[in-house]
Amino acid sequence: MASASALDIHVRQVTKSYGAIVVLDRVDLHVQAGEFLTLLGPSGSGKTTLLMVLAGFTRPDSGSILFGSEEVIRLAPQKRDLGMVFQNYALFPHMNVAGNIAFPLRLRKVGAAEIAKRVEAALEMVQLGGYGTRGIHELSGGQRQRVALARALVFEPRIILMDEPLSALDKQLRELMQLELRRLHEKLGTTTIYVTHDQREALTMSDRIAVINKGKLAQLDSPRHIYSKPNSRFVAEFIGESTFLNVAASGGVCRYRDTVIKADAAPVREGRCLLMIRPEQVQIVDGAASDNMNCFSGRIVGRVFQGDTLRIDVDLGGGEAITLRVPANSAGLQSMPADRESITLGLSVADTTLLPAED
Amino acid sequence: MSVTTGPAAMSLGDGHAAALRRDRTIERWLMLSLAAPALLLVFVCLIVPVGWLFYLSFFTDGGVATLDNYRHLVEQPSYARIFWTTFKVSALTTAICAVLGYPLAYFMSQLPARAANLCMILVLLPFWTSLLVRTYAWLVLLQRTGLINTWGMQLGLWSEPLPLVNNMTGTLIGMVHIMLPFIVLPLYGSMRTIDRTLVQAAANLGASPVQSFVRVFLPLSLPGLTAGALVVFILCLGFYITPEVLGGGRVTMVSSRIATDIDTFLNWGSASALGAVLLLLTLILLWVASRLAKGLSLVGAGH
Repeated sequence: MASASALDIHVRQVTKSYGAIVVLDRVDLHVQAGEFLTLLGPSGSGKTTLLMVLAGFTRPDSGSILFGSEEVIRLAPQKRDLGMVFQNYALFPHMNVAGNIAFPLRLRKVGAAEIAKRVEAALEMVQLGGYGTRGIHELSGGQRQRVALARALVFEPRIILMDEPLSALDKQLRELMQLELRRLHEKLGTTTIYVTHDQREALTMSDRIAVINKGKLAQLDSPRHIYSKPNSRFVAEFIGESTFLNVAASGGVCRYRDTVIKADAAPVREGRCLLMIRPEQVQIVDGAASDNMNCFSGRIVGRVFQGDTLRIDVDLGGGEAITLRVPANSAGLQSMPADRESITLGLSVADTTLLPAED
Repeated sequence: MSVTTGPAAMSLGDGHAAALRRDRTIERWLMLSLAAPALLLVFVCLIVPVGWLFYLSFFTDGGVATLDNYRHLVEQPSYARIFWTTFKVSALTTAICAVLGYPLAYFMSQLPARAANLCMILVLLPFWTSLLVRTYAWLVLLQRTGLINTWGMQLGLWSEPLPLVNNMTGTLIGMVHIMLPFIVLPLYGSMRTIDRTLVQAAANLGASPVQSFVRVFLPLSLPGLTAGALVVFILCLGFYITPEVLGGGRVTMVSSRIATDIDTFLNWGSASALGAVLLLLTLILLWVASRLAKGLSLVGAGH
């Protein structure tokens, strides 16, 4: 839900290198107005550098960045009017909570009464009402995170940037904050760019995910799409679990060991391709397989109980294997074939995804 | 986790509480023994002589108990002047050191660690030569026919030799040079610990470089500045060689007067009284300064 004032961002051909190391390699990215976009990638992929370039702390070598229609590539950070939540929160230790949140308002010469009102409103928004006089060192990690958020939002910036803001919190709090950030974004509708290396977090929160790898944009898509239809082995491996089977494509058809793989889409190219198999998309087939399934037979070589699921490794012979997960409910556990037993696995045609093999 | 029951648990008795307590006590004494040599040294070399001098200050040369030594300090205006000079020289030196040292420490704190360490060596380099040598070197540079005046006049920058030495100017130049590392070190230390993202955050929230310095960096570097300034100020109070050599007899500080009292007049009582009063005045000053600092930090807490 985009608010009227939300801005879109055009990143065009942005390049940044440190010596011989290219951190950002001609990155193009269009962030829609009011969108929650996540930059997702492994550490060292350049996602944080891209955020720092957007914030104005890192000067790129070349390229263009438009906020709306305004070119900002050379604009000083303090003139960009962005709210940023830093990874370590970057709260001023010599000011109390209210002092931190009032900081951007004081710089904007807002009147004292108005400041007091807006600081309290911001604290209410992050559910820290009445915490204004607390010192920063008296707060827990989660509370600091909320104060940092309030400080980034209180001056109603055009764009919000977040640099792994939840990475220092424990799992439960992190999941709670993910939903809360999502809720806040829906309420405010400010264009938001969020950096994380946690794929689950990206899937939970984002309107769209931009996967960054080695300074390049690997894929930009909605969470659903990026999970089910990754465009490369890297994206498939980075988001979710998967196993891959080598398949050969010729004449618009893919074959795995001479069996034709039924798929909705033609293979992306001729020659060697990869069949991506997500552990929850394969199932054990009893008796005859239906027509809309690709079947693989193999032998169970490992079963591991992991609480919510049972992880099963199936050896297809020839050094290839498929991992699948079945829910660890009593029905699933009882009907489970024994170790070393031969079984047939089915993958529905709708879930069959072919990727180009890397050379 | 299993709970131990049965005879094994019963035989624990008080659970070794007494033995554990004894271990703790022994550990504490062992830790204290590490500080013992230093404590002994402080006692023998500082507490005893200072106490002895303080004791002496209440006697005449003949050994008669008296308050005369202190009465002189109050009655003779020359003493007030000496104290005034001492505090003025110390305060000026501290102020100049702060003004010169702050930007230097800031510069160093922004450098990568390797370059910063190299700079630190350069800052500490003067410590490797004797203080007396450095002071005489300044005399050579600053005197009427010294390097600076000769060059300045040859270049036509000024026509008469500037009075750079044997006065307050020379004293301050020498003292600032010697004291500068003492303020740069703690300043650098405290600046190094300031998280750079705080300055970035300030910029992000709309602060210009000047605003983010004044509102964020400067307040966070104050502990280092205070520590450095205190060290410099206190060291200055007891300075002897530099004011003697570069002041040319025109800058008489307390330490010079103490030396004269003892060397020339063998008046231990008067010298001791001077020392005691300087110590007292310094303590009062520090107390006032700490009260002021506390008040300021209370006022500034909300901002």
